[in-house]
Amino acid sequence: MEHVIEMLNIRKEFGNFVANDNITLQLEKGEIHALLGENGAGKSTLMNVLFGLYQPEGGEIRVRGEAVKITDPNIANNLGIGMVHQHFMLVEDFSVTENIILGSEPTQAGMISVKSAAKKVQELSELYGLDVDPYAKIEDISVGMQQRVEILKTLYRGAEILIFDEPTASLTPQEITELIQIMRRLIEEGKSIILITHKLKEIMDVSDRVTVIRKGQGIGTVITKETNPDELASLMVGRQVEFKTIKGAANPTTDVLQVKDLVVADYRGVEKVKMLNLNVRKGEIVGIAGIDGNGQSELIEAITGLRKVKSGQVILNGEDITGKRPRNITEAGIGHIPQDRHKHGLVLDFPIGHNIALQTYYTGPISKNGFMNYSTISKKANEIIQKYDVRTQGDHEPARALSGGNQQKAIIGREIDRNPDLLIAALPTRGLDVGAIEFIHQRLIEQRDKGKAVLLISFELDEVMNVSDRIAVIYDGQIVDVLDPLQTNEQELGLLMAGQTAKGSKHGIEGDNSHV
Amino acid sequence: MSNRIINILVPVISVILGLIVGAIVMVVSGYDPIEGYAALWNGIFGDVYTIGETIRQITPYILAGLAVAFAFRTGLFNIGVEGQLIVGWFAAAYVGITFEELPKYIHLPLAILAAAAAGALWGFIPGLLKARFKVHEVIVTIMMNYIALHTSNALVRAVSDGGDNTGAIHPTASLRSEFLENMTDFSRLHYGILIALAMVLVMWLILEKTTRGFELKAVGLNQHASEYAGMNVNKNIILAMSISGAFAGLAGAMEALGTFEFASVKGGFTGIGFDGIAVALLGANTPLGVIFGAALFGSLKYGATNMPNAAGIPEEIVSIIIAIIIFFVASGYIIRLFIERLSKKKEAK
Repeated sequence: MEHVIEMLNIRKEFGNFVANDNITLQLEKGEIHALLGENGAGKSTLMNVLFGLYQPEGGEIRVRGEAVKITDPNIANNLGIGMVHQHFMLVEDFSVTENIILGSEPTQAGMISVKSAAKKVQELSELYGLDVDPYAKIEDISVGMQQRVEILKTLYRGAEILIFDEPTASLTPQEITELIQIMRRLIEEGKSIILITHKLKEIMDVSDRVTVIRKGQGIGTVITKETNPDELASLMVGRQVEFKTIKGAANPTTDVLQVKDLVVADYRGVEKVKMLNLNVRKGEIVGIAGIDGNGQSELIEAITGLRKVKSGQVILNGEDITGKRPRNITEAGIGHIPQDRHKHGLVLDFPIGHNIALQTYYTGPISKNGFMNYSTISKKANEIIQKYDVRTQGDHEPARALSGGNQQKAIIGREIDRNPDLLIAALPTRGLDVGAIEFIHQRLIEQRDKGKAVLLISFELDEVMNVSDRIAVIYDGQIVDVLDPLQTNEQELGLLMAGQTAKGSKHGIEGDNSHV
Repeated sequence: MSNRIINILVPVISVILGLIVGAIVMVVSGYDPIEGYAALWNGIFGDVYTIGETIRQITPYILAGLAVAFAFRTGLFNIGVEGQLIVGWFAAAYVGITFEELPKYIHLPLAILAAAAAGALWGFIPGLLKARFKVHEVIVTIMMNYIALHTSNALVRAVSDGGDNTGAIHPTASLRSEFLENMTDFSRLHYGILIALAMVLVMWLILEKTTRGFELKAVGLNQHASEYAGMNVNKNIILAMSISGAFAGLAGAMEALGTFEFASVKGGFTGIGFDGIAVALLGANTPLGVIFGAALFGSLKYGATNMPNAAGIPEEIVSIIIAIIIFFVASGYIIRLFIERLSKKKEAK
């Protein structure tokens, strides 16, 4: 078999830290090769070596059998290597074609000739079944479509080998299915793909072979058909991993949270939560299932006081907390793991210790008479770092320097440590690997078993079904149904999330799927 | 090359490069650079008198630098230090001339507090506008500078019955120190330097030790997370601008109660407030760093006044040379990059 890319015994060091230790990855022509590893295992480092952003301390890279030195990304481009980044690098108010030609604009007498480029984009789009309109503006098209523009960008530049970095992280289930079809189509046309991911299901679905790395070490390469998710997970994590979250039956008692006829508008004044009703009881986890943009963010922000309530009531432990300031609501007993950990969850330039004290800095014993007691903070922070397995060089390290999973664990530790009656967890496992996901799910269930109420918001059906004791489906700002996870399935949930009632009739506004 | 060596090398090379380019400017304009730099050196460290005057010049720079640095650390850009300084200057002078027969231990603190309060008010207004109406503080503070300049001029005229000078403050409000003057051969060095150094400590205490400082920094770094954590973002913005303004007002008090002992009609800005921006940046917006930034600025500014007299170099050329030296110090980053490149190439060989 012909190898289009061979990375042999790659070693990359940063100071004393070995990010890649003796990793070998061989990509065959026409295969989808998954690169699997936990957050921080060294996947990105390896790909940055291939892309010329880092120089390896040891090992050899061969492209189509020839040893090469890739010292900058242009060389990688010329060798036909293209990268589809996890975070899209697109100019919002440029058209698709303008974005694709950005940096290598074809000119005619000094003028950019968008037309000929658009034609080429159209041809490529048709060849690979991408269905992209070359003249559409980026800000007007969906996330899935934007990703296709990224794919087109690499194809336009003549890429033969495509690297997909966590491509499904921000896609809906529907879009994921379409992406998988596109990847297959690319293979049919003779391209080769490296797929960086930690989602085992996708690997099983789409890849031919899998190379696993763990803590910077190359663990080996296996053929997908000859393995299974359990084996892959234990190869990746280095121990047995439980997928089905183990939990006893819930023992719910009285209402902790009651949301009554809540109406909330977004920043443009458009109502996103429309007469929503919901309750969460002591000792249960209620999962909110829904497609992004159906009012989840507005609902959480209204409950936690970050957004104005237009009408309706939020009641916590029998006390009306509607319209109160975030601090009063926090003190009333709500913990909140926010959806966007960089925007709301952390002050990234603060040390991790300061971040752990973010809501409690004004209380004793962390401060006294207006003066901070930083040694107490340090002690407290180290307790949480220990207990929640936050991997960091210490409580003085800036939050920015931690990996996503460890940032998340720090936030979760901070919120649970305050022992809130209601814990709101919004997308708590977004972008995390199976090991971290398992850990976080266990913490949520632990809270439930201590008699606390947990409200989980997630776009991942697996997560909602696994962790929740009741599933509330949100569609167009309303809870359209509340289901028992043991008596429902993905099909039923999927239909409800798309606005169909169980009986098949359309719920809400007919044909309005512009925000889906 | 180790980091420590680079950290020492960068400022040294910066200053040397600045001096070399400054020398080229002098040679090209037909002046003797050695004579010029000797005059600069003597202007700063020549004798105890010039040393005293240099320290006196550094004093308001420290406070102006603190004002800018404090705002920076809390996520705000205070371009209005100049105006806050001017209103502080007038307020201190006004208290200094108005109250009679107050004991010094009341009169002097009162005058100093008046300056701080006036500066704080001048910072409060842009803070309020930013917090309530999202008006950018840069625009407001720049405009407030002009308002301060002309209001202060009008007030000076009003209190002096149309004159251009308030007249001398009462000795009970003065920062002048016979002890310091005697020690420095009758320079105008005054007790203000102690106040400036005390304020360095105050800024450090606020930012690094108090819960208020924790909030101010958090709000400055991430408003969304601060709001999530239950902090009152608007209140903190207003407070940060007021504290910053108070530091600037104190810089004005140094001039009103120490150096000049009066307030006068000004034809234009003092420049100290604007230089405060560079002082803060040179000092990496840390309290201690501000002392070094102010020392560099103050001594160059004061020492340069000796260059026209002692070396016959016109003031315009002197300004260019001083600007070049500061420019090179401020571009330490470029020099750092250059050194790192160089040492990398060596390693590669």
